[in-house]
Amino acid sequence: MYSEKVMEHFSNPRNVGEIENASGVGTVGNAKCGDIMRIYLDINNGGIIQDVKFKTFGCGAAVATSSMATELVKGKNVKEALQVTNKAVMEALDGLPAVKVHCSLLAEEAIHAALWDYATKNNIVIEGLDKPKSDISEGEAEEIY
Amino acid sequence: MEKKIYLDNAATTKTRPAVVEAMLPYFTESFGNPSSVYELATQNKKAIDEARGIIAEALGAEISDIYFTAGGTESDNWALKATAEAYASKGNHIITSKIEHHAVLHSCEYLEKHGIEVSYIDVDENGIIKLEELKKAIRPTTILISVMFANNEIGTIQPIKEIGEIAKANQILFHTDAVQAFGQLAINVSELNIDMLSASGHKLNGPKGIGFLYIRKGLKLRSFIHGGAQERHRRAGTENVPGIVGFGKAVEIAMETMEERQKKEVELRDKLLKRVLKEVPYVRLNGHRTKRLPNNANFSFQFIEGESLLIMLDMQNICASSGSACTSGSLDPSHVLLAIGLPHEIAHGSLRLTLCEDNTEEEMDYVVDRIKEIVEKLRSMSPLYEDFVKSNRK
Ligand SMILES: Cc1ncc(COP(=O)(O)O)c(C=O)c1O
Repeated sequence: MYSEKVMEHFSNPRNVGEIENASGVGTVGNAKCGDIMRIYLDINNGGIIQDVKFKTFGCGAAVATSSMATELVKGKNVKEALQVTNKAVMEALDGLPAVKVHCSLLAEEAIHAALWDYATKNNIVIEGLDKPKSDISEGEAEEIY
Repeated sequence: MEKKIYLDNAATTKTRPAVVEAMLPYFTESFGNPSSVYELATQNKKAIDEARGIIAEALGAEISDIYFTAGGTESDNWALKATAEAYASKGNHIITSKIEHHAVLHSCEYLEKHGIEVSYIDVDENGIIKLEELKKAIRPTTILISVMFANNEIGTIQPIKEIGEIAKANQILFHTDAVQAFGQLAINVSELNIDMLSASGHKLNGPKGIGFLYIRKGLKLRSFIHGGAQERHRRAGTENVPGIVGFGKAVEIAMETMEERQKKEVELRDKLLKRVLKEVPYVRLNGHRTKRLPNNANFSFQFIEGESLLIMLDMQNICASSGSACTSGSLDPSHVLLAIGLPHEIAHGSLRLTLCEDNTEEEMDYVVDRIKEIVEKLRSMSPLYEDFVKSNRK
């Protein structure tokens, strides 16, 4: 079902953990749907993401996309981090099954939520960053017939 | 462990070698169409009726009341849809439970779109149907009660005898989906007042794609699959001779070994239950503690998600299943776990382990040890667990 890359990131997720006194923390998703992602960012005075950690409750794809998203933003500046889209995360993982695409959206949203928290705490405006939705709604359930 | 530990026998079972052996001649030497007149074919008719006889005996049924189908799903569809059609003049109301297999539930939803009214009866926290609610749901227009014998996810065994009595007293037909129970539990359709019963070959070490519907003599049910005159004009299509023969053999062995298997599986299962409930924190057992299939264990581990758990178990060569949304192929976790009152996040963290007689104590120990490690690892990654620990510290 999953690509080798996804399985590799699921088995050995990068950057799992917490950051105390993080510059920004974002939590998205909800337990009802079975996915919650939390991203911690440590951003230095130059606006560079020095460190990033995550915690995720969710399926294999949710863990792998969180892991990959943290890899992609680490060492980047805030503006570059904003360019890390769900597409980029998916491509880096050699694709996801169609039913798991929402996991990559969640990962993008989690990064945005953490950046939003950082911007709010520091009273700055990050161009192109909107207030994140706390939940990713997943659209309507499919009709069976 | 190098060897795969297969703990998903509710999904399907390994076909027994003796079953395969019994089937093989019917692919090669004895391949004739049972409807033909020559000897090569008529011997197959005999083989089919032998299998039918074995199954009828296992259920305490008349041999002519067993109709072969392509599996449990077809049997359920047939029972519900054909009953609705045949008894339309009596009424348009069906009673079922909230924890049925989708073969029943989706058939009911289909019927609802065609003028049938369906009452879905609640179950208690152990997954046992609420009989008082069932009785209250009965209307003059009720034509059918369909309640499964035992649940495929949590293993809970339903009060079938009581339901049969209620149905009989109210002159309502009673269908039971016994796909999980047949071959695991003793069933007698006369004693239990069962009018229709669905079963499937691949759940009891028989082949896939073969099942039957028991239809009590005198019921007005018509054909669901139209065509030739097979199965006494009630189920068209050239018979799956090797499948039927294999099913018969599997039932024969299942009936012979039932008590022994039950004893062994209950022992292994209870060892597994005891260790998991004692050694893993924040876990619950889903389903009734004793009124459950001998081989079924179903847990919910708080703060973690089932699919992750399954993948990690698979990496340790353990095959299991879960009722999480990710594994149910929809956005919601299993309807069964929700029906017994679990909140979504607890339902997402469920794990079903269904044993067979070939499992060993050593395997159970290995599985529990791996579960402990994996649950701990996933919790260390879980924001829900982090929040829980922090709120406890305060
Ligand atoms: C309770 C129940 N009913 C029906 C079915 C469907 O049976 P089959 O796979 O033979 O179509 C299953 C199998 O998953 C089952 O567990």
